[in-house]
Amino acid sequence: MSATTQSPTASESRIPSKAARLLGDRRLPVGVTALLFLVMYGVGLGRYQFYGFAEPQVFLNLFIDNGYLLVAAVGVTFVILSGGIDLSVGSMIGFTTMFTAWLVERQGLPIVIVIPMALAVGAFGGFLMGYVIHNFEIQPFIVTLAGLFLFRGLCLVISKESISIGDASVSSMAQAQVSLGVGFVSIGAIVSLVVLAVAFYVLHYTRFGRRVYAIGGNEQSAMLMGLPQGGTKIAVYTVSGFCSALAGLLFTLYIQSGDPLHATGMELDAIAAVVIGGTLLTGGSGYVVGTLFGVLVLGLIKSIIQFEGTLSSWWTKIATGVLLCAFILVQRFMTTRKKT
Amino acid sequence: MTTSSTTSSRWRALTRHHLFWPVAVLVLLLLVNVPFTPDFFSIKMADGHLYGSLVSIVLFGSPLILVAVGMTVVIATGGIDLSVGAVVAITGALACSYISDQKDQGALSGVLLAMGLGLLAAVVCGLWNGFLVARMGIQPIIATLIIMVAGRGVAQLITDGQIITINSEPYKLIGGGYWLTLPFSIFVVAAVVAVTGALTRRTALGLLVEAVGGNAEASRLVGIRSRRIKILVYMFCALCAGIAGLMISSNTSAADGNNAGLWIELDAILAVVIGGTSLLGGRFSIGGTVVGALVIQTLTTTIYTIGVPTQTNLVFKAAVVIVVCLLQSPKFRDKVFGAKFAARFRAQAGAKTAATPADTAAPTEAAPKMEVS
Repeated sequence: MSATTQSPTASESRIPSKAARLLGDRRLPVGVTALLFLVMYGVGLGRYQFYGFAEPQVFLNLFIDNGYLLVAAVGVTFVILSGGIDLSVGSMIGFTTMFTAWLVERQGLPIVIVIPMALAVGAFGGFLMGYVIHNFEIQPFIVTLAGLFLFRGLCLVISKESISIGDASVSSMAQAQVSLGVGFVSIGAIVSLVVLAVAFYVLHYTRFGRRVYAIGGNEQSAMLMGLPQGGTKIAVYTVSGFCSALAGLLFTLYIQSGDPLHATGMELDAIAAVVIGGTLLTGGSGYVVGTLFGVLVLGLIKSIIQFEGTLSSWWTKIATGVLLCAFILVQRFMTTRKKT
Repeated sequence: MTTSSTTSSRWRALTRHHLFWPVAVLVLLLLVNVPFTPDFFSIKMADGHLYGSLVSIVLFGSPLILVAVGMTVVIATGGIDLSVGAVVAITGALACSYISDQKDQGALSGVLLAMGLGLLAAVVCGLWNGFLVARMGIQPIIATLIIMVAGRGVAQLITDGQIITINSEPYKLIGGGYWLTLPFSIFVVAAVVAVTGALTRRTALGLLVEAVGGNAEASRLVGIRSRRIKILVYMFCALCAGIAGLMISSNTSAADGNNAGLWIELDAILAVVIGGTSLLGGRFSIGGTVVGALVIQTLTTTIYTIGVPTQTNLVFKAAVVIVVCLLQSPKFRDKVFGAKFAARFRAQAGAKTAATPADTAAPTEAAPKMEVS
């Protein structure tokens, strides 16, 4: 959370009280989410200490079980920071699982060739959506909605039934464990953390990252400043498409099959993670680290519900909705405070 | 715009104008079926009911029409409601679980109470959405996302994660029953559309809604209670979704918290767009939406009847969304057909507007659908 590329905010000009400055700090939502995560983890420790919750592996499993969501949410963070929205994420993940499984199992291609193909298809899909959004000035919501239909449809065109992957190299990749001393993580978890690190670097230390924030903050001003607005917008959707495809590959490894219904509605999980992570949905403000905490909080809800045993899976949805609501309201109050 | 609701002859002319191209697409889609199913337009009488492809298109399209009509009014205020699918699931779940708890599932009073309970829950959802949008000032997409995410969980909570099946004759009527030889749901839809049309076009309400959608702040300054109107439209939208939810659960005699009304919000938005309502708000056409919903239902039926594998259904839908949106985009028209064409087009639309007091956007948006057909 040491990002410093943000331009100095209004708080410097007026020297307000300490409390007001704290409330006006853009890093506050990320802090709140991180705190929420720690509190939830603490509650989990208190309740299920004797059922193995204290094992470090439980914590590492959060990364193993949610790595694909983290990658998808990182892509969505780019889009939301630029002031757009991407609804095609879940379909793209589903399509990638199907595409990969089909190429590996039915066409007999080695996975090493399939991975770059899947990534290229995802990035190209994102590029196309970005191109239409920018060049024809159609709302991102509608264009990515068409993308949602298209990719889910293409899944079903490939096959109506799920294709399980028995390929030896895929299985060995899926089962590979990287020992960390106290436990292990999967390849998917490591890839997701690498993606997070790269996204952090790109957003906070490169020109492209600044442009994303600038366009999300105020598109008009960004344009008047002479920033290449079109290129940035298209690039943002390309990044999101690429991340979705990568998330799809990780999901394929995680679940070792392709299914036309995989990851239905995951775009909502990704958006929820970004929002809970403190990124403003209007764009221009937020941190990709917040997205990490958003994903961890969502993952922790799932594991707590598993440990609880009696609670059913639908409580995940309700809890996610309640959290989402709380964070949206917090954001709302913070933005009004900043304006006045 | 203001005078469109004053005289009936003008209103009728306007309707004809609005609906011409969506209807043309619908008719074309219907005609496509004829070579594949020669008796597509024939309607048979059996057991005192009318049967035929046309009847079933309207029957299966009823919930979508209802949801889309509610969505139209929300979109007219410049909003959007993503929670309708979840509201459909909650309403069905609540009504069915209440009925299944009754000793006599066929008792009319119990069924009416169940329906009332379901619709009440729907309206509460709408009130919540409206509160977040109008009072808290949250973007509609995000505000309604909350119930979209949590609502299915609530529906599953109500049904305990199972699919509740019921056996209730009176409840069966609303979604699967027949009345005067026609499916009962057609009458429900007709009533809702008629009431909505009358309220928005015969009274000033429609104008107020469009004013709020055009510029909420300006409309507030001229004395329109824009917040109250916004809350009302979200409640209305949720009520429509609730009725659709009753219909869907009644048609299948079951409540499925997970799958009832899945993706209906997307179909509804699509129907609104096809019907010529701008997603930016400020103007709307209920008739266009009804036709739009029928176009989607006919598209689905056509895909079935002409023997295209059903799984490509979604790809077709995506293609339709893209084509319709591209044609509605002025920039696309400029680039593809040339600026000259677009200018002439605008001039034409302008001339038409001068002749009839129709709002300018409807012709410009409806007309390019020529290229669809």
